[in-house]
Amino acid sequence: MGASLPAPAALEVVNLVKRYGELSALDGVTLRVEQGEFFGLLGPNGAGKTTLISIIAGLTRASSGRATVMGHDVSSDFRAARAALGVVPQELVFDPFFTVREVLRLQSGYFGLRRNDAWIDEILDGLGLTSKANVNMRALSGGMKRRVLVAQALVHRPPVIVLDEPTAGVDVELRQSLWEFVRRLNAQGHTIVLTTHYLEEAQGLCGRIAMLRSGRVIALEATAALIRRFAGGRLVLRLSGALPSALEPLRVPPTPAQAATPADPRQSGGPGALTVLRVDHYADVEAMLAALREAGCVIEEMELVHTDLEDVFLRLMAEDAQSDAGRVKLGLGLGLGVAAGAGKLA
Amino acid sequence: MPQSSWRPIGMQTLLYKELLRFWKVSVQTVLAPVLTALLYLLVFAHVLEGRLDVFPGVGYTAFLIPGLVMMSVLQNAFANSSSSLIQSKVTGNLIFILLPPMAPWELFLAYVGAAMVRGLAVGAVLLAVTVWFADLHFAAPGWILIFAILGSAILGTIGLIGGIWAEKFDQIAAFQNFIVMPATFLSGVFYSIHGLPPFWQTVSHLNPFFYMVDGFRHGFFGVSDVALHTSLSVCLVTLIVSATLAMRLLASGYRLRN
Repeated sequence: MGASLPAPAALEVVNLVKRYGELSALDGVTLRVEQGEFFGLLGPNGAGKTTLISIIAGLTRASSGRATVMGHDVSSDFRAARAALGVVPQELVFDPFFTVREVLRLQSGYFGLRRNDAWIDEILDGLGLTSKANVNMRALSGGMKRRVLVAQALVHRPPVIVLDEPTAGVDVELRQSLWEFVRRLNAQGHTIVLTTHYLEEAQGLCGRIAMLRSGRVIALEATAALIRRFAGGRLVLRLSGALPSALEPLRVPPTPAQAATPADPRQSGGPGALTVLRVDHYADVEAMLAALREAGCVIEEMELVHTDLEDVFLRLMAEDAQSDAGRVKLGLGLGLGVAAGAGKLA
Repeated sequence: MPQSSWRPIGMQTLLYKELLRFWKVSVQTVLAPVLTALLYLLVFAHVLEGRLDVFPGVGYTAFLIPGLVMMSVLQNAFANSSSSLIQSKVTGNLIFILLPPMAPWELFLAYVGAAMVRGLAVGAVLLAVTVWFADLHFAAPGWILIFAILGSAILGTIGLIGGIWAEKFDQIAAFQNFIVMPATFLSGVFYSIHGLPPFWQTVSHLNPFFYMVDGFRHGFFGVSDVALHTSLSVCLVTLIVSATLAMRLLASGYRLRN
């Protein structure tokens, strides 16, 4: 009785490095996405997300390391790897010579498929493009062009679909219909890899998330576990008096959204400005309120905000940036030490 | 799809797309070059008929027509592959060609194949229109076809190289205006190089375009400035060298795959 082989990963990258001269766009990225997952790839601009996707798609060559799609190496077995992958590019690109249907038929043919009209019609219907099938690409709105990009990525029924910021600059209606369609594909067994700057979308859709910063993976966990890692939340207050010194260590900066709340005439940080306190455990809230009461602070407004992916993202990025700064300091210290030593030897 | 189950559908589709692309704008890509060449014929034939010695027993207009046909074949083959590639690069839609599972040689054959079809189509239409202007002979039609095919393949390949190298429209325009255009104009389209001073005859012999035109013209008149096998050899070597370079660029992903 022979043991069955484990299913290959939908995507696997091992110690992937991409350098542009001195710059490391990817610095040893290793991750594995299982078949059927809805996986999020998050990170600030320049983190290396698009470079990673480009290497997987064969659009860029890695400096070193290995990438596979459904077990097929993207370099040595590129035909099988690319046939298994559908990519929705970030840029809104199109061929102005052709109609929507022509574009999809051509894209089918590039992937070796003829007489694919039944599936093309299904995609057109699913993405609300049926009425635009015979319209030239130039005549479409930005949102419609974005839908065609999605359709092009799906035309060969790839088991793995990569969406690189598919909802950037897209209206709410299209976003909803696009996610509904993508969820359906995921339910049918397609593996979805999503990059987005809309963290609410990632939190709602992705079962697992990798966070990249400066070409490195700084977190790779199930979305729920990632959020649990920073249990608790934040207490957002507007106080009439000064914050007691006992609570000062818990103060955290307001999020950009909080900072953008209706302008308060009072100066930031002064009495009446928004004060945000970190709540590590909800049981601590009672003690925090008691401390405020004892200090004579009057609470004008109060909101308890639960940790969400955006908080986790910001905290992880901040922690990693601090670690970077620490590493630089350490490096400088060691460098100076070595230089001093070298001077003594000389 | 394992590597062993490869079928040429991707390459055929890209070839079809490239043909469709120029056919959709055929007024610009086929009729306009025919009109331009026709104007050259009318002006040069009117001014130079009877004033320029070309081949013995061959009138200037008859001599000029094969030259203009070949010049149009070459220029349009170059224009097709180079403009398609640079447009796709600049607008970003080249990604739709790079993502599918097509090997470099499939891209090569599709782009060069479409360039050849356009070059040969323009040449055929031009010949059909101009054949009535002079008493043309077809001494060796096989050589006409062979040199037309070789010339269009060479220029389609050079256009592909230019399209890969260029990153902006003005770079490809410079490639066309400073290399392709002078080389075709100075290839004996409008004159026999035997009428040139010795220095310029030597320079003409360094121009591979000269051999394409001369071999093509041999198919009409049975005579040429240089031996037929010399023209054939130069054309074959030029094709092999340019195709090898184009394939290396495609395989390395130079200016295509970052």
